[in-house]
Amino acid sequence: MIKPLSLGFAAATLGFLLAGPVQARDLTVTSWGGAYQDAQREIYFEPFAEKTGDKVVEDSWNGGIGVLRAKNEGGESAWDVVQVEADELVQGCEEGILEPLDWQELGGEDAYLDTAVNECGVGTIVWATVLAYDAAKFEGKEAPSSWADFFDTKTFPGKRALRKGPRQSFEFALMADGVPLEKVYEVLQTKEGVERAFKKLDSIKDDLIWWEAGAQPPQLLASGEVVMTSAYNGRITAANQEEGRDFGIAWDAGFVYQIDSLVIPSNSPNKKEAMDLIAFMVAPENQAKMPPKIPYGPTNKAALDQVPPEVSKNTPTDEANLPHGLFFDRDYWVDHTEAMTERFNAWASQ
Amino acid sequence: MSETVAPLAAPPSSGAIRRAKRRSDRARAWRAFGLTLPLLGFLLVFFLLPIADMLRLAVANDELARAMPAAATALRGWDGEGLPPEEVARTLAGEMRAAYEARTLADVAKRLNNDNPGYRSMLMATGRKLPDAPPDDALGALAAIDDAWNNPALWQAFRRAAAPWTDLYVLQSLDLERGPDGAIQARPEGQAVYRIILWRTFEISLLVTLACLVLAYPLAYKLAHLDEGTANLLMILVLLPFWTSLLVRSAAWIVLLQREGPINGFLQSIGLIDAPLALVFNRTGVLIAMTHVLLPFMVLPLYAVMRGIPKSHVRAALSLGSTPFTAFRRVFLPQTLPGIGAGALLVFILAIGYYITPALVGGADDQMLAYFVAFFTLQTVNWGMAAALASVLLVAVTALYFLYARVVGIDRIGVGG
Repeated sequence: MIKPLSLGFAAATLGFLLAGPVQARDLTVTSWGGAYQDAQREIYFEPFAEKTGDKVVEDSWNGGIGVLRAKNEGGESAWDVVQVEADELVQGCEEGILEPLDWQELGGEDAYLDTAVNECGVGTIVWATVLAYDAAKFEGKEAPSSWADFFDTKTFPGKRALRKGPRQSFEFALMADGVPLEKVYEVLQTKEGVERAFKKLDSIKDDLIWWEAGAQPPQLLASGEVVMTSAYNGRITAANQEEGRDFGIAWDAGFVYQIDSLVIPSNSPNKKEAMDLIAFMVAPENQAKMPPKIPYGPTNKAALDQVPPEVSKNTPTDEANLPHGLFFDRDYWVDHTEAMTERFNAWASQ
Repeated sequence: MSETVAPLAAPPSSGAIRRAKRRSDRARAWRAFGLTLPLLGFLLVFFLLPIADMLRLAVANDELARAMPAAATALRGWDGEGLPPEEVARTLAGEMRAAYEARTLADVAKRLNNDNPGYRSMLMATGRKLPDAPPDDALGALAAIDDAWNNPALWQAFRRAAAPWTDLYVLQSLDLERGPDGAIQARPEGQAVYRIILWRTFEISLLVTLACLVLAYPLAYKLAHLDEGTANLLMILVLLPFWTSLLVRSAAWIVLLQREGPINGFLQSIGLIDAPLALVFNRTGVLIAMTHVLLPFMVLPLYAVMRGIPKSHVRAALSLGSTPFTAFRRVFLPQTLPGIGAGALLVFILAIGYYITPALVGGADDQMLAYFVAFFTLQTVNWGMAAALASVLLVAVTALYFLYARVVGIDRIGVGG
């Protein structure tokens, strides 16, 4: 009875020992998967592999600083280039699990939007949470054009949806309450500011539905569940292009934009190749190829002009749109997400 | 006969036989125990140790001691009155700068932020701005970087972070906190949320269990009284949901229950309602979807128990003059109690841990405790809070289980015939 067990154990131990040191492996890039990564493969990964002769292996993930931490523990990272959101970039860099980038190779900090520059990461796309509505429902009527309209259930009756939780709900509530864009986070730093946001949300509490996943807002609009919603701009344009919807985005109402960055785990064995791939991905001529496929804005200033106007108007970085954008304050939200989520849930339970 | 009987060399004493028997018994007992070793090992490694570790994480407080050991020691020696003495501040400032350079300050900043939101970015900024050599007037230098260093509250937060253990997370998960004087007090209204959520978790789980019981009992009864072939066929329909992803099932309920969905459409077309009902993104949706997902866990034990009840029992009652209802109530129902007990416990315990279904089909005030455990684990990586909430749930469920065992009787829970 003992024998097969100990034999199996010995075999497993032996296997472990033999597997031992990790061999040099192919350059591995990790992104969000789905249609977005398909586009990245076509315009970045395959051309890069062709140009350099290096093989590019792909992986995908759903984000989370915990995942990056786990990858950083023990030995070499299995990933070389990772696309991250703001929270992971800020915390990962502070914790030293991300490698500082060689900004010389990227063409210097000045070539990019200010908000896309970080010691450990370079922005690759600009995406936005916007006010979206089904234009078909507003034919012959005035469509919502501000966050004040979103909170005005008299003129625009019907349910509306926001992302579950305090993030962005607070920003939009304050915008609706007349706080200018540049003052939003200043106001949120104060107790009164947070009260003000809750008071505004309270005014339409019974008409609010809270969405959880980015795929939900277009569905909520399509099914007529809500008349307007906050949504990721890429999802709205995709619904228009692929499902023939007539969803509108009120860019002028104000939107919150965020930047996804490319980073290198500090224990990557392929740092040089990783840096080369990142430089390739953020080069203006390559970045400009993304918006026609998926309407996220480029971060390289030189790429902005290379995007055709009919594509650019659907991106947050379009010159007509960007002035209405509020850059998501990652420091505020890394500090306050927990406390505000508690308060949000206490408010929701009332 | 005498030819076949060989003389015994030395006839064993009865004591020797007893000893030999004891030896062989013991060997058999050890062998039997040995067979359970893999299971015990498995339980230990994958069940008991993680639970122990979770309980430890709920009170763990070693972030400061790991990144800034000398400062932690100095802070422990300080009485906590007003601002700390200059040498404590100097030790802290020196180690803070070093920790910033070594990129270990983030852990400390996050720990302090758990105590008071906003401290994280302030501490990271301080680490960035401090000079490499510890300044002569450390208190003054720190205060020049940020006014918060003049506030004893920050230093007390540091002192709390220097202690070997913390009750911060456990208290917070019970809507309690330590006041400025160190006494335990209730958290202010507007921040107290976890008791409401714990109560809500039990309420939803209980309602789902009841709904499952009401729906599953007649179904299991019907199945148990069909011939085996038909019963097996219908059983596949009961089990079908098991083979569909939880996400798909939850999403399907959104489609069915939405304002312009088929259920509202049908109810409106037969004139039962004038305006569409709000069936999803609220409590109703959560109860419907969770009941559907968990129904098989109630049907299976009930069916197993009912199959084991001889049909002759009810027939005997009827032939002795009982009405059908009395026969059911006094003969059939009591024999199904173990199945009810097992099914109810199974559904209730599973329901308590749900978070994906309520997250998708519920509103903002329908989220259960597991949603917040996931929030702290995955989104904000505050394992202290996640572990504390999970521990609260563990304790509550264990207490409930013992209460249940006491009231219902543990031997009544089972599926055996």
